[in-house]
Amino acid sequence: MKLDSVWVRRAGFGLLGIVLLATFAFVVVRTGPFAPVRVTVVTVADGSVTPALFGIGTVEARRSYLIGPTAAGRVLKVHVDVGETVKAGQLLAEMDPVDLDERVSALDASMARASSAVSAAEAQRQDAQARRQLAAINARRYVDLGEKKFVSASVVEAKQQEQTSADAAVTAAEANLAGARQDIARLRAEREGLRQQRQNIRLLAPADGVVTARDAEPGSTVVAGQAAVRLVDPASLWVKVRFDQGRSAGLAVGLPAEIVLRSRPASPLAGKVVRLELLSDSVTEERIAQVAFDSVPSGISLGELAEVTLQLPASQTGPVLPNASIRQRGEQAGVWLLRAGALQFVPLRLGSASLDGTVQVREGLQAGDRVIVHSEKELAADSRIKVVESIVGKGA
Amino acid sequence: MISLAGRDILHSWGKFVFTGVGLGLLIGATLTMAGVYRGMVDDAKVLLSNSGADIWVVQKDTLGPYAEPSSLRDDVYRSLRGMPGVARAANVTYLTMQVKQGGEKENASDVRVMVVGFEPGQPGEPGYLVAGRRITRSHYEAVADVRTGFSLGERIRIRRQDYTVVGLTRRMVSSGGDPMVFIPLKDAQEAQFLKDNDAIVNERARTAANPALNRPGVPGLLEAIQASQTTSRSVNAVLVQVQDGQSHEAVAEPIRRWKHLQAYTRAQMEEILVAKLIATSAKQIGMFLAILAVVSAAIVAFIIYTMTLGKIREIAVLKLIGTRSRTIAGMILQQALGLGFIGFVVGKISAALWAPFFPKYVLLEPGDALRGFIAVMIICTIASTLAIRAALKVDPATAIGG
Repeated sequence: MKLDSVWVRRAGFGLLGIVLLATFAFVVVRTGPFAPVRVTVVTVADGSVTPALFGIGTVEARRSYLIGPTAAGRVLKVHVDVGETVKAGQLLAEMDPVDLDERVSALDASMARASSAVSAAEAQRQDAQARRQLAAINARRYVDLGEKKFVSASVVEAKQQEQTSADAAVTAAEANLAGARQDIARLRAEREGLRQQRQNIRLLAPADGVVTARDAEPGSTVVAGQAAVRLVDPASLWVKVRFDQGRSAGLAVGLPAEIVLRSRPASPLAGKVVRLELLSDSVTEERIAQVAFDSVPSGISLGELAEVTLQLPASQTGPVLPNASIRQRGEQAGVWLLRAGALQFVPLRLGSASLDGTVQVREGLQAGDRVIVHSEKELAADSRIKVVESIVGKGA
Repeated sequence: MISLAGRDILHSWGKFVFTGVGLGLLIGATLTMAGVYRGMVDDAKVLLSNSGADIWVVQKDTLGPYAEPSSLRDDVYRSLRGMPGVARAANVTYLTMQVKQGGEKENASDVRVMVVGFEPGQPGEPGYLVAGRRITRSHYEAVADVRTGFSLGERIRIRRQDYTVVGLTRRMVSSGGDPMVFIPLKDAQEAQFLKDNDAIVNERARTAANPALNRPGVPGLLEAIQASQTTSRSVNAVLVQVQDGQSHEAVAEPIRRWKHLQAYTRAQMEEILVAKLIATSAKQIGMFLAILAVVSAAIVAFIIYTMTLGKIREIAVLKLIGTRSRTIAGMILQQALGLGFIGFVVGKISAALWAPFFPKYVLLEPGDALRGFIAVMIICTIASTLAIRAALKVDPATAIGG
């Protein structure tokens, strides 16, 4: 009985010790630096990747108009407000004409006076012509009388001189008349010029559009070239997209695009690249392209942020990898190849990549190779590994 | 020969084991404290390793980017790439902030993280992932450390943008132990340097109120000034990788001298982080560790002493029947060492079990465990000498109720 009790105790104690030691051994092996690194593995398969380009941009108008005076002045009236639709030729705003109207009236008065001057010159000419007629008749008569020796030669010569003077007076009167007429033409041209200036301070819409800004109110002074009203053509909205230079290979005009506006993230819009700018932004290292909507949505605002995804044609079939498996070793990109339970770093030449994280391998791997995708730690060639289904989640 | 110690332990093994377990939990706490200290230093070191850099180039006369703020123009890296011995150079930004989990939900909790802006494929990128994929879009994607609690596909909000978590990584922490969230550099620059909407609107109004900047005769001047105020063209550091076979210091020196920037090599950076940044908190933990070790040693000694005193009657009987002092001393020493061993094993197991639940990293080094084991054994031996002295002084007459 006594002996039994000792043995039971001894067995119990021993069992406890074994459990404790086993747990200890488990803890030492499974945690800390002696634990194997858990990894996930993928078998390289042949496939093709559909590369896509991703960029962000803002909605802008292809055609926008700044309407302002060509000379400094004060705004008299602004007839439109932001958001109004206007037609080509519609009066948008007027500048203060200051003295333009008065100057036109003055010219009108001058022209009236000039036509009076024409009438006077006309009358003077008729008078001179009458005098010339009389002088001619007198001269002819005295020449006859002179030949018949009724009058002296000096009287005849005096009458002939009278005729010559009358001729000159007619020429002078005719020149006067022409001058008065030219004066009218000059005044008319001047008046036309003023009328043009008067028209020029009426600011008209150059095309159909929507008013986006009303920068000056009546009474404010603007300088030449400063906009009083801004217009855009709502049919010409597009997205100015910036693509990272490092990920812009394949960018071309005509690529189909998916545009996601910040205001409606759930409903992407279709579009396509319509212009590719030759100049890229050297400071931000981005390329700039304009993407037009297939049909411009209503209620869209200018300056809105948009995410644009361009689909490029699919690459040729070849081995593909998830990009999480790519490791950088200095300047060399490669993968950890699992071959017969041993790890080996294989440098790769990579091809195009898709947005969902698939990368094409140009050189270095074949279909069927097993490579490490995820790992708990940085790997080395002598790392002890344990292949698991997934590191985070169920396996953790 | 029968083992006296073994028989005695078997006699009251429940008491013995429970004492050992209690002691073990105390030792576990001490080991954990050592682990906390090691984890702190390790956090600083993995921060440097994970950045993948050989040289950190930061603003002149600063200890940036981790220990002090540093700000550089983001085109500096181009001139650095042309320096002799430089293999790769990449911009990087670091910003510690609260990130909302679950987008804009009402009950969204926030997590303290270090947001890292990096260039894909360049130094500063996370070296390995534990789930998901790397960033493929140039905007609005993020890779998060698992410690953030974010899961794949989750939308997180950083300042004014929502980001989708596409990949998870592990052990990517700041020197303070905050988990990292990696986002594309341009987004990170915006998050760091672009102000919130109210501030921007206020700033615009302030500029417009300045008569020197808002002149009636110069249309467009105000707009130009306001546009220039909202740029974000700065980064915190440039990470440089040195060509194979080049001395790091030899590459760093010309950068300091000719580019008028501060360049730290790995060794200098480690010095900054370990000796300067975490120095006081490490000393704090170290002090606590020392006190805990002393207290543990005292408790072990008292336990063994009182355990022996509890058996004083039995020892007297042993003496009465003529047991040699050596045997009695051996019994007490063996028990003390056994207790220490159980304590150490339980301590090591408990420390390993509860370490993962700590909010910050706890690094249990085998070297520390070995040192701990030796210390426990020495303390037990010293403590048992006290008990042995008491035992040997016992009068055998006590056994017969004297």
